[in-house]
Amino acid sequence: MATAGLHDSELGELQRRLIILRVGLLLVVALLGLRLWHLQIREGPYYRDLSENNRTRSVIMEPARGLIYDRSGVLLANNVPSFTLYVSLEDVKDRDLLIDQLTNLLGLDPALVRKKLTARGSKQLPRKVKDRLTLREATLIESHRLDLPGVMVQVESQRNYPGGVTASHLLGYVGEVSPEQLEKPEFADLHQGSIVGQYGVEKFFDRLVRGQAGQKSIEVDALGHEKRTVVVEQPHAGDNLYLTIDVRLQKVAENLLGEESGAIVALDPRTGDVLALASRPGFDPNILSRELTPKQWAEIVQNERRPLTNRASQGQYPPGSVFKVMMAAAALESNTVTPSTTIHCNGGYQFGRRLYHDWKAGGHGSVDLRRALVQSCDVYFYTVGQRMGIETMASFAHMFGLGEETGIELPSERVGIVPSAAWKQKAKNEPWLPGETISASIGQGYVNVTPLQMASLIGTVANDGVTFRPRLVQAVMDRATGELQQRPTVPKRTLKLRPEILPLIKEALAGVVKEGTATRAKSALVTIAGKTGTAQTTALRTGPEKDIPKKFRDHAWFVAFAPVEAPTIAVAVLGEHMGHGGSASAPLAKELIETYVKLNLPAPAGVTDGAVVRDGDAGAQGAR
Amino acid sequence: MIDRVINSRGFDNFDFRFIGLIFVILGVGVLSIYSVTHDQGVTFPFYAKQIVWIVLGGVAFLVMWLSDYHRIARLAYPAYAIILVLLAVVLFEGKSSRGAQRWIPMGPFAFQPSEFAKLVLILTLAHYYSKSPRVGWLQRVVLPGLLVLPGLLLILKQPDLGSGLSFLAVYAAMLLMVGMRSKALGVILLFSLMLFPFAWEMMWGSLHDYQRQRIMAFVDPAYDPGGKGYHALQSRIAIGAGELTGKGLYGGTQSQLKFLPEGHTDFVFSVFAEEWGFLGVLALLILFVALIWLSLEIVARAKDQLGALLAVGITCMLCFCVVVNIGMTAGMFPIVGIPLPLMSYGGSATIMTMASLGLLLNVKRRRLSFF
Repeated sequence: MATAGLHDSELGELQRRLIILRVGLLLVVALLGLRLWHLQIREGPYYRDLSENNRTRSVIMEPARGLIYDRSGVLLANNVPSFTLYVSLEDVKDRDLLIDQLTNLLGLDPALVRKKLTARGSKQLPRKVKDRLTLREATLIESHRLDLPGVMVQVESQRNYPGGVTASHLLGYVGEVSPEQLEKPEFADLHQGSIVGQYGVEKFFDRLVRGQAGQKSIEVDALGHEKRTVVVEQPHAGDNLYLTIDVRLQKVAENLLGEESGAIVALDPRTGDVLALASRPGFDPNILSRELTPKQWAEIVQNERRPLTNRASQGQYPPGSVFKVMMAAAALESNTVTPSTTIHCNGGYQFGRRLYHDWKAGGHGSVDLRRALVQSCDVYFYTVGQRMGIETMASFAHMFGLGEETGIELPSERVGIVPSAAWKQKAKNEPWLPGETISASIGQGYVNVTPLQMASLIGTVANDGVTFRPRLVQAVMDRATGELQQRPTVPKRTLKLRPEILPLIKEALAGVVKEGTATRAKSALVTIAGKTGTAQTTALRTGPEKDIPKKFRDHAWFVAFAPVEAPTIAVAVLGEHMGHGGSASAPLAKELIETYVKLNLPAPAGVTDGAVVRDGDAGAQGAR
Repeated sequence: MIDRVINSRGFDNFDFRFIGLIFVILGVGVLSIYSVTHDQGVTFPFYAKQIVWIVLGGVAFLVMWLSDYHRIARLAYPAYAIILVLLAVVLFEGKSSRGAQRWIPMGPFAFQPSEFAKLVLILTLAHYYSKSPRVGWLQRVVLPGLLVLPGLLLILKQPDLGSGLSFLAVYAAMLLMVGMRSKALGVILLFSLMLFPFAWEMMWGSLHDYQRQRIMAFVDPAYDPGGKGYHALQSRIAIGAGELTGKGLYGGTQSQLKFLPEGHTDFVFSVFAEEWGFLGVLALLILFVALIWLSLEIVARAKDQLGALLAVGITCMLCFCVVVNIGMTAGMFPIVGIPLPLMSYGGSATIMTMASLGLLLNVKRRRLSFF
C-alpha cells in the first residue's frame, strides 16, 4: 500500500540529515535563551524601571493656601473646591487632535492651550490647562474621558475672597507662577501651574501662605485612565495669617471714600499696627485670581483710574500743609523760632520778583507757631522755611520717615521725594533755586509723600516721637503644628527732639480741630487732633473751585490722631482732587475715628485671648 | 482503519509524553490568555473561546491521528486547490483587520485559510516528493517551487507576511531534507544572489505601510515609543521586567494595564515572560524543545518517504513558528505576525496546529502497526 512511494535509500539519507535539524534547533534555542537571559537578567532592572514608568503618573497635589483673617478672626481669604483640568503629556498620542477636542468642548483658545502644553518643564508632570471649570465643563470632560487620553480633572482648592473688593489692595490676589518667576530661586520648588501670590499680602507673605505641594503616583493603563493611587505624599497647607486690620473699620474707610479716588490709612501709633488701609478705586481679587485673557488684562491695566495702584503705599502726592507738622517740629528743634516768635502775615510773601500767596487772601495778621498751625498760615512757614534752608528741612523730613520706606509688609512700596540741592542735582541735573525752598516749606513743589508715610508721621507725633514699623500681620499659625506665633512690633526710630516740642505741637493740632481749619472733624465722642492739607496739583488755577475740571482740582489731605490725651489711632486721609482738606477729608477722618472708638477694640494683644501683652510697646516706652 | 489503531499494545509511553507535552503547553497558553483577558467583561471571553478551539483542535488531532496518512496525502492536491480558492475568496470577500485581509467570516467566527494552507502545503509537497523518485533540479526544486508559488503570492497579497514566511520555511525545509545535488544548490544560490536586489526592491515596494514600519521598528525600536516601535518596545519591556522570577500571575503591569498590545495573540509569550520570569521562560523553552525533539524522533523512525516528509514538514513548521515568535517578541526579529503555536489565542491556528500534531503522531503509529 504505502510501498509505492518508498525509496529506501532516500529515506535513509533524509533521516541521516536530521542531525542538521537537531543541531540547528539546539543552536537556535540556545540563542533565544541567551537573548532572554540578556533581557531578563542582565537588563531586567532597567526594563522593570521602564515598566514602572509606564504605569505610574506623578500628579501634583496642590497645597491649600493659608487662610487670612482680620484681627478679630473674620475670614478674609479662604479656599473653595474647584475643578482643574490637567493633561498628562506622556499619554497624549495626538496633540493637535487633543487641542481641537478641548477647544470644541470647553471653548478654550487653541493658541493658549498649545502654549500651556508646550511650556518648558518636566514631561512627567501633568500640565495645568484650565482651572475653575464649571460643573458642566467638568462633567463634559468626564463623559468624553475615553476619547481624551491623558486628560484629567482634579479637584483642587481655589483662592476665594469672601469680601470681594474689601481690602483688595491689602490682600492682593494670586495667580499662576509666570515663566519669568520660575527662573528665580525663590520659586525654585514650584512648577508650571503653581499658584503664587501676585500682589499684596498674598505676594509679600507668599512663602508662608503658599504651603508645599504633595505628589501622588497614579497607576494608569495604556490609555491613561486612572486605576489606583499608589503612593501619596500629602501636601502641606500654607500657614494662616492674622492681620492687624479690623475688617469693620476697613469697610468704613472704603465706604467713606466711596466712588472717589484716594486712600485712608489708620495705624495704632503705639504698635504700628495697620488698623485699616483703604485705597480706591479697588478691584475684585476673585476676578484677578482667575486666568484673564490678554484683553481683560489690558482693560484693567489701562483703566485711567488705575485700580491696581495701592494709593496708600504707592500713591505719591505733595503733602501740602500737612507738611507743616514736620516743619513746626523742625523750626523749634533747629531754633529757627521759639514758640512765642511771631511773624506778620499779610496774605503774601515777597521773594525776589515773585509774591508767594497765603491761602487766605487777607492774611492772618501776627501769628506765633501755635496759631500758624491752627490757621495753617502759609506766610509763617514760608518765613520759617526760608530761614531754615532746604538742607535743614530735608534732614528733619528724613527724621520723620519721609523719603524712605515705612517698611510695611506690602510689595513695591514707594518712598516719595524729599527735595534738597543734592537731590535736584542728581534727579534733574539742575541747581537748587531759592524760591523752591519757599514752595517746599508748605509741602508743595517737589515734595512728595505717600498717605502711609503721613499716617506714620502723625502716629510718631501722637506716640511722642517713637515710630513703629507698620505691622500688617500680627500672628502666623503653622498649619502643620497648629502653633500660633506672634510677630513682634518693631520700633523703628525715636525722634531726637527736645521734650517740650511734641506736646506743644500736639496741643496745636488739637487746636486745629477745636478752633482752626478742621472744625468739621470735631467729634462729640472723642478728642481729635489733626492737620489739614490742600495739595495743589497745578500752579495755574483761576476762578471758583466748581468751575475747575475735576482732574485739576486740589488733593484734600487730613492727618489726625485720637484721643488727644492718649492716642490709640493715627489716621491719614487723602482724597484725590477732592478739594480742601478741611472740608473734604477732615469729616472722613472724624467718622473713621468715631467708628474706631465705637468698636472699642481691645488694646494690642495676642490674637486668641484678649490678654494685653505690650512687649514691643513697653520696650519702646523704656527707650524713650 | 480504526481497528488497526487499537492493537494489543494500545498507546505507548511515547504517545503519552507527546500528548502530555501538548496539553501542558496548551494549558500554559490558556492561563496566560486568561491572565490578560479575565477582566474583559464579556460573557464569552477569549480564554473560554480558546478552550472551545482546543476542544475542536482535539477532535482534529484525533481524526488526523487515527486516519491513514497515505489516504490523507492522496487528498493533498484537491485540498491545495480548495485552499487556493479560499485564499482567493479572502482577497475579495474577506474581513480585514489592521490593514490586512485574512479572514472569511463564518457566523460569529472568522476562518483564516492561510493557517490551514501551511498544513495543506506540507501534505502537498510530501505527496509530491514521495510519489516517484524526483531527480534533477527541475523536478526537485522548480516544480515544487511552482506548486508553492500561487499559495505564497495569494498569502502575501493579503498581506500576511508571517504565513508567507512559514510557507517559504516549509518549502526550504522540505528541499533541504530531500537533498539536492550540489549543482542544483549552486544554481539556486546564484539565482538568489542575482535576483536579490530586484527581489528586495519588489518586496519593499509591495509591502504595506504597517509592514515597512514594523521593519523600521525592528531596526530602531526606541526611536518612537508611541508609534512604530511601540509593539516591539512594550514587548521587550514586558519580558525584561519579568526578571528572574517574574511578577506572578496577574502581576504583569505591562499586560494587565494594556501597554502590551495583542497580549493574548502574537505577544502571549511576553505576557508569560513578564509573569513567570526567566525561570518560567526556561521551563517553557524546555517544553517546546522536548516536543520538537519527540517530533524529530518520529521523523527518524518514519517507515516511508511520505511519513518522513510529512513529519519533517510539520516539525520544521512548528519549530519555525516557535523560534520566530519568541525571537520577535524578544526583539531579535521584526514583528511579522506569527502566533506562538499552542499558546496564542486563535481558532484557525490552534485547530491547524493540533491537526498537524495529530498527523505527526499518525506517522509514528503507522510504523508501529506494521509489526
